[in-house]
Amino acid sequence: MEAGRQDYNLLVIGGGSGGLACAKEAAQLGMKVAVVDYVEPSPRGTRWGLGGTCVNVGCIPKKLIHQAALLGGMIRDAPHYGWDVAQPVLHDWRKMAEAVQNYVKSLNWGHRVQLQDRKVKYFNIKASFVNEHTICGVTKGGKETLLSAEHIVIATGGRPRYPTHIEGALEYGITSDDIFWLKESPGKTLVVGASYVALECAGFLTGLGLDTTVMMRSIPLRGFDQQMSSLVTAYMASQGTRFLKHCTPSRVQKLPDGQLQVTWEDLTSGKENMGTFSTVLWAIGRIPETRSLNLENAGINTNPNSQKILVDAQEATSVPHIYAIGDVAEGRPELTPTAIMAGKLLARRLYGQSLDVMDYSNVPTTVFTPLEYGCVGLSEEEAMARHGEEHVEVYHAYYKPLEFTVAERDASQCYIKMVCLRKPPQLVLGLHFLGPNAGEVTQGFALGIKCGASYEQVMRTVGIHPTCAEEVAKLRISKRSGLDPTVTGC
Amino acid sequence: MDNEDGRRRRGRGGASGGQANLWPVRSVGGVHGSPFPGPVLAPPPASRSLSRSGQAGSDTEALAQPPPPPPPRAQTSPGPVKVGTAPNRRLGSVRGVLVSSPPGRRARLSSPGTGRSSSEAREELRRRLLGLIEGNRVMIFSKSYCPHCTRVKELFSSLGVQCNILELDQVDDGANVQEMLSEITNQRTVPNIFVNKVHMGGCDRTFQAHQSGLLQKLLQEDSTYDYDLIVIGGGSGGLACAQEAAILGKKVMVLDFVVPSPQGTSWGLGGTCVNVGCVPKKLMHQAALLGQALNDSRKFGWEYGQQVKHNWETMTEAIQNHISSLNWGHRLSLREKSVDYVNSYGEFVEHHRIKATNRKGQETSYTAAKFVIATGERPRYLGIQGDKEYCITSDDLFSLPYCPGKTLVVGASYVALECAGVLTGLGLDVTVMVRSVLLRGFDQEMAERVGSYMEQHGVKFLRKFIPVMVQQLEKGSPGKLKVVAKSTEGPETIEGVYNTVLLAIGRDSCTRKMGLDKIGVKINKKTGKIPVNDVEQTNVPYVYAVGDILEGKLELTPVAIQAGKLLARRLFGGCLEKCDYINVPTTVFTPLEYGCCGLSEEKAIEVYKKENLEVYHTFFWPLEWTVAGRDNNTCYAKIICNKFDNYRVIGFHVLGPNAGEVTQGFAAAMKCGLTKQLLDDTIGIHPTCGEVFTTLEITKSSGLDITQKGC
Repeated sequence: MEAGRQDYNLLVIGGGSGGLACAKEAAQLGMKVAVVDYVEPSPRGTRWGLGGTCVNVGCIPKKLIHQAALLGGMIRDAPHYGWDVAQPVLHDWRKMAEAVQNYVKSLNWGHRVQLQDRKVKYFNIKASFVNEHTICGVTKGGKETLLSAEHIVIATGGRPRYPTHIEGALEYGITSDDIFWLKESPGKTLVVGASYVALECAGFLTGLGLDTTVMMRSIPLRGFDQQMSSLVTAYMASQGTRFLKHCTPSRVQKLPDGQLQVTWEDLTSGKENMGTFSTVLWAIGRIPETRSLNLENAGINTNPNSQKILVDAQEATSVPHIYAIGDVAEGRPELTPTAIMAGKLLARRLYGQSLDVMDYSNVPTTVFTPLEYGCVGLSEEEAMARHGEEHVEVYHAYYKPLEFTVAERDASQCYIKMVCLRKPPQLVLGLHFLGPNAGEVTQGFALGIKCGASYEQVMRTVGIHPTCAEEVAKLRISKRSGLDPTVTGC
Repeated sequence: MDNEDGRRRRGRGGASGGQANLWPVRSVGGVHGSPFPGPVLAPPPASRSLSRSGQAGSDTEALAQPPPPPPPRAQTSPGPVKVGTAPNRRLGSVRGVLVSSPPGRRARLSSPGTGRSSSEAREELRRRLLGLIEGNRVMIFSKSYCPHCTRVKELFSSLGVQCNILELDQVDDGANVQEMLSEITNQRTVPNIFVNKVHMGGCDRTFQAHQSGLLQKLLQEDSTYDYDLIVIGGGSGGLACAQEAAILGKKVMVLDFVVPSPQGTSWGLGGTCVNVGCVPKKLMHQAALLGQALNDSRKFGWEYGQQVKHNWETMTEAIQNHISSLNWGHRLSLREKSVDYVNSYGEFVEHHRIKATNRKGQETSYTAAKFVIATGERPRYLGIQGDKEYCITSDDLFSLPYCPGKTLVVGASYVALECAGVLTGLGLDVTVMVRSVLLRGFDQEMAERVGSYMEQHGVKFLRKFIPVMVQQLEKGSPGKLKVVAKSTEGPETIEGVYNTVLLAIGRDSCTRKMGLDKIGVKINKKTGKIPVNDVEQTNVPYVYAVGDILEGKLELTPVAIQAGKLLARRLFGGCLEKCDYINVPTTVFTPLEYGCCGLSEEKAIEVYKKENLEVYHTFFWPLEWTVAGRDNNTCYAKIICNKFDNYRVIGFHVLGPNAGEVTQGFAAAMKCGLTKQLLDDTIGIHPTCGEVFTTLEITKSSGLDITQKGC
């Protein structure tokens, strides 16, 4: 295991957000680094370039298509503000998809260039462990390469899960791996699942004018604040997304005209129902990309249930010189910026004499549903569970964004709540914001919570008028008071 | 509204029984059921427990003894026994004393050896206490654990009388309050009770007065004035103050009167923000942004007829409808809180008395114990030939019944740039005439970036010129105006023809025609602004001021609202919290929005010296702009850190879409002592603009390139 005998100081498996950040940081610190990345085509044959989920089949195309859907709303608003928009207004999926895909391809290229600039060796090969310092890589053409390194970082991420037990699921369904790369409009779509991926996809499809149905077995946005989650779906329903709640699909069949006939069971009534769709999108969860890595050859332990790699606070696996970051690591939030920061900090700890470990608490995030939901810190349920109901004070308010007034938009679901400790100075435990630009609003407050903000401090912050964010600094009504938190006209 | 109404009823009626007497100052202790759901008033626990342990002993001791004998000075020691039929309104006379402020009395207050600042602080405290005593029918200075205090509270409760209670053991400066009270009343012990401004004494004396009927008599006496508070000006600050005072059970009047602009524009209740400021401005800004969104939308696959025109009338009608609903909402809200609203022009005629003149010229006069001036400002004119006849201002623009056409905007204030941005965004030909710098007072690097974005997007700038004459060439809607302007640097003059000339060169306070001289309220002769102390009090102690007319304070709606609310709470709610004018965030709604909080780079350098600062900055490219094909290397983020204070962030600046939404949370974080390290440790929300602040790496001093390459 002497240092000099390995090909590289650091080998990163997986060229997504976390892996690239780690590799570039290590290279910056003077290390000899290689990244291996290989995109196994989806069952529908979709494949993409360097950059991982976020860039290719995640955040980036998702937010761009979300923006396309938002623009549709703005086109509807525009006449209220004096713009004469000639009817009909149509949407061309092909044109949008091409623009989005071109942008994603420019990012793929950018990542390649960045690796080159920093002298990180990039291999487009599929890796598996030979032993604890060596991997074997196979190219698309079947050519094998052996690479060895002192430190290895696994950052292979995850891929959408197929419900393989359902007849026709694999043959006829697509996932988020495919939707952003469709050349043609998916048409009438059934989205199965209630994860944020499911709701985001259903949201933008509805916004682009497609007939969209979400089929969910139990609750929406598991793990998120449930009051907020139900407001998210209520808004979507008001915008035309159909919801089939407490239903689970049992069969997908292709009809002679190419349409898909889906059979499902209504768990409440026990009855079987049927419907036809052009597209069925599975968004029922993701599975970590660990199966083809031959982790056992290196002695790396995984959680047998989740298949994720077990790591400690330093991101080390059961094998001390092998690390795992991002979505593939057990117990980590599946978010790009956490993977990036974890990757950078890991490289700095390995090669930069830094001791900083990643703080996974109070990670802010935003769900880009038609009405965006931004949050940081604890959900109301979690705060109650941790601190006891009598020790938690929740301040909340419905509000109406100024721009909604003239546009005559319904603001019934624009809602904010701040979860605090009840004892003065009422430390803020969590902030939940539902409304336009939730991500922008939440980011700064995430800093505030990081700074240990108290309810008083937030209230003492002067608002910026007229914004939605100022409503956060005006939360006066506690849930406990029982007072009405709805907007009062002005 | 429901909640506030509920609170009011609880506070005022006294019919809801035991809770009724506990309302305003009670909340100082953060007792559940307080009228303020927020804990703003709750003191930090540390100081609470400190003052408790520090004073408990001496109190018990003091309470065990009979109250000290009245001192020889009869004026300051009205024993309740002597009050009788002609109650010695000791504090009533103190009020008189304060108005005229005889030097002798003040001199006695500063004990020998104390420095100037401490004597000022004592004077401040005295004012506050007198404010509480004057402003409340029953005022009890108490300690939460004192059994005598409890008995007194129970007495008033059983009488169904609301009283204000200040728990000295639950406020930071309880010991000082007690000291001052002993100076005012010669009574050191608690409870210390005032009824209708008359000093009752302690627990025993109050019970004696109750038995003799004196207490009941005092309670029945009417207030000397028509109102506890008259607010002049129904804008953001005035309304907030009036409503808060009403919630605290006070009898309040609001006088509001809009003098029509030279072009004849006038509007309803709510002041500048609602009618001719933030609200219509942001809505028109939104209209302009939607124009941009329409352009973007085609890149995102939306298809519709190529011809998209903007209809000014449709927009203004929709905006004016919304404003009318807000005007109505304010009226309703005042009515619900039983605030008297009078649509008349207010002028002081003598101390505590104001004359209200309505549109028909009918005069009525009202008196009040306290006044708040919140008359705000109105746009300034140039004082050149033709300006008042032919030019419009922001007072007129938002309700202009016709599209202004080719427009000259004079000025480079944020109002000027916002208006110019909106008009350009709606497709009009717009020129901005600037005398010197853009956005004076704002960070100049940011200001220049705001300007250059506008310039790249169609706004023409004429720098270093000032108009000297405006002449009408043609009447019409709009007509045609010729503007002659001269260079600020030489003899050069230029001429231009515009449909509309909009002046946005500054604003003047509405303070000169309201009889302030009659009661001796000082104003800055030059600016018309009113100097106040840190509790918004003018030199005349019963007259306060909030909002844009304050000298050296910020002209922002939320600041006025905060100041107004806190003022009412201090005057009538026993609250001590002052309005904090530091680190107030704001946003300029130019086509590319500019949000900031804290210091500009110039100001930071002036205060801290350049070598003690580190400035981090970067360009960023909003994801939505990529596919839309909009400018890269335009949106810009900058923070200014103090190297010698743990890299604390003392200035935050962002230029980009939704800058207001982005800035707000960071302002909250700055309130909590935001540092660069905390920014670095915070995880971004991907993909947003706000996340750029969590990854700032390049310092200005490094001189490194901050342009974004491709992605």
